Order: sequence, then C-alpha cells, then structure tokens
Amino acid sequence: MILFSQLSHLYQKKIALEDINLRIEAHTLTAIVGPNGAGKSTFLKIIAGLIKPSQGHFSYQHPFTLAYLPQQSGLDKTFPLSVKDVVAMGLWPQIGLRKGMNHAQYLSLEQAIETVGLKNVENHSLDSLSGGQFQRVLFARLMLQDADVLLLDEPFAAVDEATTQDLLSLLQHWHQQGKTILAVMHNLSLVRHFFPQTVVLAKNLVAYGPSDEILTTDNLLRAHGIMGAS
Amino acid sequence: MIHSLINFDFYESFVAPFYQYLFMRRALAACIAISLSSAPLGVILIQRRMSLIGEALSHGTLPGIALAYLIAGMWLPALTLGGALAGLIVAFFSHFVAQKTCLKEDASFSSFYMIAFALGIIILSLQEGSIKLVHLLFGNVLAVDSASLIFMAMTSTVSLIILVVIYRPMIYECFDPLFMRSLKLPTHFYNFTFLTLMVGNLVAAYQALGTLMALGIMMIPAVTARLLARRLTNIFILSMILALIASYAGLLLSYHFNWPSGPTIILVSGGLYIASLGYVLIVKN
Repeated sequence: MILFSQLSHLYQKKIALEDINLRIEAHTLTAIVGPNGAGKSTFLKIIAGLIKPSQGHFSYQHPFTLAYLPQQSGLDKTFPLSVKDVVAMGLWPQIGLRKGMNHAQYLSLEQAIETVGLKNVENHSLDSLSGGQFQRVLFARLMLQDADVLLLDEPFAAVDEATTQDLLSLLQHWHQQGKTILAVMHNLSLVRHFFPQTVVLAKNLVAYGPSDEILTTDNLLRAHGIMGAS
Repeated sequence: MIHSLINFDFYESFVAPFYQYLFMRRALAACIAISLSSAPLGVILIQRRMSLIGEALSHGTLPGIALAYLIAGMWLPALTLGGALAGLIVAFFSHFVAQKTCLKEDASFSSFYMIAFALGIIILSLQEGSIKLVHLLFGNVLAVDSASLIFMAMTSTVSLIILVVIYRPMIYECFDPLFMRSLKLPTHFYNFTFLTLMVGNLVAAYQALGTLMALGIMMIPAVTARLLARRLTNIFILSMILALIASYAGLLLSYHFNWPSGPTIILVSGGLYIASLGYVLIVKN
C-alpha cells in the first residue's frame, strides 16, 4: 500500500501537485490520466524517489523494490549499446559493479528477450530499432528487474498497435503475478479496457477509483477545466 | 640493394629518432600514457554530451596552475592540485549559474572559463620571461623529464583502473540516468569521480600538450571513434588506437619538420578525424 497525505510539490516556483491525499493498494493495476502539465510524471517520480516532494508525506506499509520505466523520448536512441546490453541493465541489483552474469542469469536474460519477441534482433544496436522495438527492450529490462512495484511513464507513446497489445498483455500477466503497477496513460479506451483502477490528476486529485466509474465526461471536463483556468 | 635502401629509410625516419634520443623516447612514453587514459574518458564525455564541461575544466585550470607555479615553481603536485581546484571551481560555478539564472549551460560555462583563462594568463605574465607562458599554453613534450613522466604514467594507470571499476554504472548513467537514480545508486559519487579523473588527466596532459591542446587528445580521437564504430567497446578501443597513432605520427612530424609537438599531435588527430568524416559522408552514404 502506498499512501500520500497532503502532498504538494513546487517545480521552479510553480505548483506541479497540490494537496494530494490518496491511498493506492498493493497488487493493483492503476492508470494515471490527466491533461498535459497535470503533474502525472511528477507523481510517478515522487513514488520512484527521484523527486522529494516540497510538502506533505509519501509513505508505504512494507518496503518494496521498484522499477521505473522512463519516457522513451528522454532516452538517446543512438547510444551505442545493443539490445542485449540494455536488457542486461535489469540485472544490476544482482550483479552490481563488476560481476559477470552466471548461467541462470544469462538464461533469464535470453528468456526476457524471447518473451518480448526480440530474439532475432538481440545483437542489433539501438539505433536500428523502431519505437515499438525500443519499448520492448525496456519492458524486457523491467522483466529482469523483477520488482514489486512498476512505475511506467507513458509506456505506449510512439508505440505501434501490435506492440501495444503485446506489452499490455505482459502488464496484465505481471498484475496477475501480484505486482503493483502504476502507468501514466493517454489513451483512455486502453485505460477503460485494461486498467481496473484510475487516478485522474490535474495538479489536484480530481478522482480516484474503479476506471469505469471514474472516467466520466464530468471528471475529465473538470480536469481540463482546472488546467485551463490556471 | 633497393630493398636495403627502403629498410634503411624506414629505420631512419620512423625508428631512429626514438632510438637515438632520450627526449624523444620520453616524449613517446608520455604521449602513450596520456593517449591510453584520455581517449576513453573522452568517449564517456561525448556520450554524456559534456564536452563543454571538458572545455571549462581544461581552460579553467589555468589560473590554479599559474598561481601554484608562482608560489611553488615547477613542482608537479602543487601544479596538479592548483589546476584541479581551479577547474572544479569553474565547473561548479558555471553549473550553479545555469541552475539558478536564465542563462543556459553553454553561455554560463564559456563566460566562466574565459574569465579563468584570462586571469591565468595575467598571473603567468607576472613571472619573468614569456617562454614559460608559451610552454604552459602549448606544452613542450620534448622537455618532459622523468619526474613528469612518472606522474603521467601513474595518472594514466590509476585512471584506467578506476575507469574499469566504475565503467558499468558510468555507462548506465549516461544512457538512462533516471534508471540509475531509481535504483538508489550514488550517481553523484560516480559523476564526481569521473570529473576528478578528467581533471587529473588534463593536468597530466598539460606537461606534454599544454592547456590549449590537452583537451584535443581527449576529444578528437573519441569523436572520430564514435563516428566510425557502433559498439561501445569498439569505440573505446578505436579511440585509444587513434590517439596512439596521432601521438606517434605527431612526434615524428614535429621532429622532422621542427614543428611544435603538441599542436602537431592534435593536427594529426584532426587529420584522421577529417579523413573519417570524408569516409562517412561520401563513401558510406
């Protein structure tokens, strides 16, 4: 369980998040939606420990391991690494600074690449991949990290239809395994179909609950209204 | 007959200068040491898009070195410490200003390192004789003594060992800094270690190449290697090889034509870069 109480954050003297009170249960699959600039990424980054909130608390019941998937647009796709190199980053907590992979770890690496369907390009360099393939690489890395909580920032932006379907079914599989998943999403029909819970943000918390009850025209208009007014 | 003539020529032009003169041997050893550690640091520098910081560090060290020289004379530990402090101060303030004002990093960095550089030259001019100034600016690889050679070899060895140890987190941090921070890794520690290695290598390279040329041997072979190779390991190895070729060929040319050694080495390195550019732009496209 992750708990936010009266949490606010200022970014460059502007309000990014204001007075968030929210409780997200463990083992849930939650979408975070809202207009541009609503503080969705900030919200994820606070959970990931990448940003310290200016005010209020963020706490959790049990310690957990987490894996964070950054926005694809923030990464350098010409970086001279191969698919295998990037996926192997997920083994960092186990192999650390200098250790090599043991046989079991190597097999899990191969398994992860196989699962996301990149077996045939595993030795290709990143600059030869499509947006969809690149996102598959990052998902394979997430798989190796095997964390309790997964935080995904716009996982399906700039990703083709087939990849979106494949990766969504991976997310559902991880959800069934008992992982807690939070994803910043834009496509509301995907949210309605695949995410049981939704958080609607517009700097404030507009609504939180089961997706089919929360994603009402009223709530969405309210979210846009708040952002439009500020 | 012809065969032996060719052999003879080859020996005279390519081997004899180093075989016959101690200063050429020392110069070559110094350049090998610098090439082996500076080039891979340059690769990381360009992957992190931090060449501006390299510029700031290399120019920014001058006032520190000049001050240390004024106080302690040609004593290497003092020069190193002075250079390192000045370089880090310039880097720190430039970064601070870029964070706190509307100025972007490039504007902030270039202002500060030019101020530092001008200050360094004024301090140096307080000392009698401008030959020293020329040496500090452009280096004098042919006057490397055994103390500085040992210093360069040590800097190079220590840098390479540290680089091997922090290689993995450095690369991960370059590619995906948020990933590293989400794992609660001490990224500041790695960044600081990297900056320290850079300053150490720049100061070591001064002895041979001078403040103005030291960054060249770090950057140009790395940039060329990045242009030609696609895998990180290959880029690292190629950058070292290119730096070594530039060092050897540059020293030979400077010996035969009596050109200043530092600029000649950088110019050879630049020639390799331009040739690679030609290859990539014309042949590959």
